[in-house]
Amino acid sequence: MASLWEYANPKKFIATSDRVLPYLGGLALVCLVVGLVWGFWFTPEDFRQGHSVKIIYLHVPSAFMAINAWIMMLVASLIWIVRRHHVSALAARAAAPVGAVMTVIALATGAIWGQPIWGTWWVWDPRLTSFLILFLFYLGYIALWAAIEDDDTAADLTAVLCLVGSVFALLSRYAVIFWNQGLHQGATLSLDKEENIADVFYFPLLVCIAGFVLLFVALVLLRTQTEIRARRMRALQARERLG
Amino acid sequence: MIALLTRDLRLALRTGGGFGLGLAFFLIVVVMVPFAVGPRADLLSSIASGVLWIGALLACLLSLDRIFALDWEDGSLDLLATAPLPLEGLVSVKAFAHWLTTGLPLVAAAPVLAVMLNLPPQGFFPLILSLLLGTPALSVIGTFGAALTVGIKRGGLLLSLLVLPLYVPTLIFGAEAARRGAEGLSITTPLAFLAGITCGTIALLPFASAAVLRINLR
Repeated sequence: MASLWEYANPKKFIATSDRVLPYLGGLALVCLVVGLVWGFWFTPEDFRQGHSVKIIYLHVPSAFMAINAWIMMLVASLIWIVRRHHVSALAARAAAPVGAVMTVIALATGAIWGQPIWGTWWVWDPRLTSFLILFLFYLGYIALWAAIEDDDTAADLTAVLCLVGSVFALLSRYAVIFWNQGLHQGATLSLDKEENIADVFYFPLLVCIAGFVLLFVALVLLRTQTEIRARRMRALQARERLG
Repeated sequence: MIALLTRDLRLALRTGGGFGLGLAFFLIVVVMVPFAVGPRADLLSSIASGVLWIGALLACLLSLDRIFALDWEDGSLDLLATAPLPLEGLVSVKAFAHWLTTGLPLVAAAPVLAVMLNLPPQGFFPLILSLLLGTPALSVIGTFGAALTVGIKRGGLLLSLLVLPLYVPTLIFGAEAARRGAEGLSITTPLAFLAGITCGTIALLPFASAAVLRINLR
């Protein structure tokens, strides 16, 4: 019986992801184009915020993916620790820069939206602050991968860092809320909550989120392939030097 | 364990730097702040607790890479790892020694420096209490960071990048408790959270540090 673990074989993984990638990438592109065009040109303007409400089509999906990328890295790290499949560790490594970019997109679009609406680029609001801390976690994780020569050691160390980091990321999230208790009005941000948003905005947003998820999966698959090939190349080069 | 503790303490005392450097750095940070923000007493007293917490955190960060680096370089870390003491115990002792040599002097120096920053008198006790509760967590988290980066040459910058986000919750609750104390509000909740973080890190992080150290010594 075919099990999921067969895909832990790098060769099988590359073959399968090669077959899947064009469809996945195409579907991501379709979703993004449809969602963004629909969102930007075919939705009414919000009666209070005008045009600027439309940034949610970039802001919400990227914020959503920034958090989920870390969760995916956590799961991949756990699989590496427990079952020691190299593809899993490499997938975690491949996801980190994508997640970091998503965090930056979310922070940047938030700042661009905040300037006209809140009258400021940045406030030390719980959501903003916890995203900044998440970004720092991504930076530390990427830097640790880059700093260690030996691949297996790097995979082990970053996996432990990811576990500890997840606990502390969660802790910071709640610590930050506590710290700013009652300082900030919540009403402005409740637009982010999907139940508060009208259907006209909701459906293109769903398409955009689907597009971002597909894009993330496609990018991670592609980057994992690259990591596997780069590692093979290093192994070949090492063999050449020896022989 | 006690032999290891006394050895670490003696090393910190005699090699210099370890003991005094953190304190001197703490002093410098606190002295520099009035130059930067201007010597207005009302302004200083409102930011005093936060400045003292930041100063303590940075001073703690400064000495982190000394926890394992020296033992790693001269090979005694390998010997310690093969000793009958479990690695988790070794890591805890190291963290405790780090706290005794940096955390505790910082707590002791904080009231003196608080006077220089015009901290209101009712804020002294909460400040000392919050530092006393919070600095062990800083040492334990820092030991984890030091264990992570022990094999890396010139890992100091990486160490601070890794450790600083982990310090965020401790800093928030610690500074919050000190600030509320200075303003005469109730400090029970942030102190309880702070104590929770400290107990949690002391209970769990030595296992992560030991695991990481094992990987690095492989």
